[in-house]
Amino acid sequence: MMLQTREFNPEKIEQEKLYQTMGLSESEFEMIQQILGRLPNITETGIFSVMWSEHCSYKTSKPLLRKFPTKAPHVLQGPGEGAGIIDIGDNQAVVFKIESHNHPSAVEPYQGAATGVGGIIRDVFSMGARPIALMNSLRFGNLTSNRVKYLFSEVVSGIAGYGNCVGVPTVGGEVQFDESYEDNPLVNAMCIGLINHNDIQKGVAAGIGNTVIYVGAPTGRDGIHGATFASDDLAENVAKDRPAVQVGDPFMEKLLIEACLEVIKSDALVGMQDMGAAGLTSSASEMASKAGTGMEMNLDLVPQREPNMTAYELMLSESQERMLLVVQKGREQEIIDIFNRYGLHAVVVGRVIEDKVFRIIQHGEIQAEIPVDALAENAPVYHLPAIEAKYFQEFQKIGNKVPSVGNFGDMLKRLLQQPTIASKEWIFDQYDSMVQTNTILGPGSDAAVIRIKGTDKALAITTDCNSRYIYLDPETGGKIAGAEAARNIVCSGARPLALTDGLNFGNPTNPEVFWQMEKSVEGMSKACETLGTPVISGNVSLYNQSKGRAIFPTPIVGMVGLFESLEHITPSFFQEAGDVIYLIGETKPEFGGSELQNILEGTYQGKAPVIDLEVEAKRQTQLLDAIHKGLIVSAHDLSEGGLGVALAESLFADDALGAIIQIRGDETVALFSETQSRFLISVKKENKDAVEKVLTDAIPIGVITADGMLTIYNESSIVLSEKVAELRSLWKGAIPCLLK
Amino acid sequence: MKFAVIVFPGSNCDQDMYHAVKEVIGEEGDLVWYQDSNLENYDAILLPGGFSYGDYLRSGAIAANSKIMEQIKLHAAKGKPVLGVCNGFQILTEAGLLPGALLRNKGLSFMCHQEEIIVENNETLFTSGYQVGEVLRLPIAHGEGNYFCDQETLRELEKHNQIVFTYRTNPNGSTANIAGIINRAGNVLGMMPHPERAVETLLGSNDGLLLFQSIIRNWRESYDATNARI
Repeated sequence: MMLQTREFNPEKIEQEKLYQTMGLSESEFEMIQQILGRLPNITETGIFSVMWSEHCSYKTSKPLLRKFPTKAPHVLQGPGEGAGIIDIGDNQAVVFKIESHNHPSAVEPYQGAATGVGGIIRDVFSMGARPIALMNSLRFGNLTSNRVKYLFSEVVSGIAGYGNCVGVPTVGGEVQFDESYEDNPLVNAMCIGLINHNDIQKGVAAGIGNTVIYVGAPTGRDGIHGATFASDDLAENVAKDRPAVQVGDPFMEKLLIEACLEVIKSDALVGMQDMGAAGLTSSASEMASKAGTGMEMNLDLVPQREPNMTAYELMLSESQERMLLVVQKGREQEIIDIFNRYGLHAVVVGRVIEDKVFRIIQHGEIQAEIPVDALAENAPVYHLPAIEAKYFQEFQKIGNKVPSVGNFGDMLKRLLQQPTIASKEWIFDQYDSMVQTNTILGPGSDAAVIRIKGTDKALAITTDCNSRYIYLDPETGGKIAGAEAARNIVCSGARPLALTDGLNFGNPTNPEVFWQMEKSVEGMSKACETLGTPVISGNVSLYNQSKGRAIFPTPIVGMVGLFESLEHITPSFFQEAGDVIYLIGETKPEFGGSELQNILEGTYQGKAPVIDLEVEAKRQTQLLDAIHKGLIVSAHDLSEGGLGVALAESLFADDALGAIIQIRGDETVALFSETQSRFLISVKKENKDAVEKVLTDAIPIGVITADGMLTIYNESSIVLSEKVAELRSLWKGAIPCLLK
Repeated sequence: MKFAVIVFPGSNCDQDMYHAVKEVIGEEGDLVWYQDSNLENYDAILLPGGFSYGDYLRSGAIAANSKIMEQIKLHAAKGKPVLGVCNGFQILTEAGLLPGALLRNKGLSFMCHQEEIIVENNETLFTSGYQVGEVLRLPIAHGEGNYFCDQETLRELEKHNQIVFTYRTNPNGSTANIAGIINRAGNVLGMMPHPERAVETLLGSNDGLLLFQSIIRNWRESYDATNARI
């Protein structure tokens, strides 16, 4: 979308409706004329188009986001800033946020994923926090086509290439593979930062006359209109959009992190924000809008990578690794000196003004003058129509039939090799998960665990979302997404604190897609309320569809929990022969959206598993109580593939261990149903009575052995008996084998 | 004993190295920015891992030509200990303080996990606390850790017992399974595995502790011996 901007005068923009090619509707263009009292020029039209894109303004999702509970005593900063902040005591706080980079990753997977990581790290350190961990949540099509294999391996390389270089460990994440993501992969990255309360920094342009400083990489023509690009359906010929993808420089980012964290300590700093989507435009106008001020910027002073860049290009560029600072007038040099020490450019480009306008000057002429609130605060909001998806009622009519499974051992092996269940070691081995030396439990655990140096505290972090359930039943699936994330945190022994949401959906102007959005947000909100985990930050990515087909609704939950004591850290793997195994929660025949259904029917249909949030909350509270009393040796939640898969996974840390399990009733239900709110725990024999007293829904199902075999009985007949080493090698080898 | 942890633009294991020496072991140490060129007051130099200068050009190549390397070479010439880990090892080979080069991993991907490392030589000031043949669990985290040298250099390394650590199972294609080598004089050690990530059992292994403790113990003994002579 290279516009030769000089050729477009305001009248031509109006007459030829050029604003439509930038994603603005006719009514929006009229609103702009009312705000300005005249026709906008090309630069102004471009500025409005990016600031009013879904990516920056949340214009269609705002009414839904208001449903999320966002307040709690421990929330220091809710949604609205670069990232949310929660209190963890001792004057310390945790900053975190998840963000998507889906469309860029579909076009140029390495750079798309890499710059997604870079962007979310900047969101966190621009609040003044040191980034201490990265997580991600990825979705791809089935690993059968060469295109998907290429997207998958390049996305993983991109995340690794950026995260490893900046020295922030990637401690975990999740991946699912389903046909609906074939052309539109999802790449959501989450960053977690640590901060002292008194260092919390906000992106405000306060103080009339204060100086605006530009720091970091010079501005080039990359990523122009990226925010608009992210707010439209993915074109079939994605290659033509390549100029809208940015290129990352993690080395520059590393220097920015260190320099900005040093600058935070200076009282000469007034405000700081990263230039993310919509670059200079959004950072400047948002900072001024939040402070109730205006800003004047001289583009001739902005460092430029290419000659003859127009105001339009400079304002809309999404070149990476750039920050905008507001500094006390007269103290600019102190700040510039710090950046120079790190070899970074820091230049004065403007000042805070009293008029609440955003004024852009280039070559001695005003190129744009727009009221700041019109861009940030007063962007249009749409209440789109929602219509219940036709398939939903059909699915609700389908009964919970128990599928027929021939050989249970063979089915368990097949399940363990399903890419969504199989070991993700091929992925996470490429991530430096240990740098900063805080990682107690890295990738592969239910939740990652990182300690906080100098304290007895640690954080548990997880990302989760089963989009199959959400597709079948958005409200129930939304509840499950919130509950399952909390389940992961509780299994590790931590208390869930809060979450960030990464909402990924199709085109919201399709009423059925908007219905999916509305219902899943309602479901998540209910889970958040019942489990006491407010939403403190998030991101919305819409228009995830291509060839007219939307992705499965995928509202990803990134959750953080707190360990008050390192003693509470609990592994998800079985530890010692002789320990007793319990299953918490009864099992019903529920196969809608299950991995078993995927294998047997090649599709997802029927009802999603039922969830009772009160039961979920009770079991989570009881399990946490038992862990804190020191009664639990290991805890693992049951998810895809049910009890069969959970048992096998619990044995994969140590080939020498095995288990003898006794199930009851229908074997297929007992082993592979995906009934919610269930946990698999192991406990010391001598603690059995105490455990049963605390965990009222726990049923003893077996014992850990030292024979390296997983043996499952129903009454006296053997259901399956498999070598753990063999199961493990199939589970471990599945993804590398598919990629060969 | 006082350690200098050298920080280049893009180093990212500097804080970890500092934490290991200062907080875990309790020895004196400073983070030294690459532009601060006075290293005279330090007893040992630690070159940490990371991506100095973004690994642009070749990993370690730009740092190896920075001004502070002159100081480090002087320090090494005096026989004082220099330890380079991961990117630090790459810098030492680029600077010519150690022979050979670190190539891209055989599998072409970055890899990060714990490896079993065999102590081949315990007659060094870095490894005297270990037994020969002892197996250490140390993390690796590198994309370019495939040690390469020509046959003649390899024979020299073997002849002078300069191969200090090897991998039990070669993860990256390194010549002769080499994970760490020392210079002829025995005071400059380069290794790809990260001993500073293995100093606390909480994080999975403390097998790297003895490496730092060996440096300290040997320094104390020679310090005492020197002072006794005086």
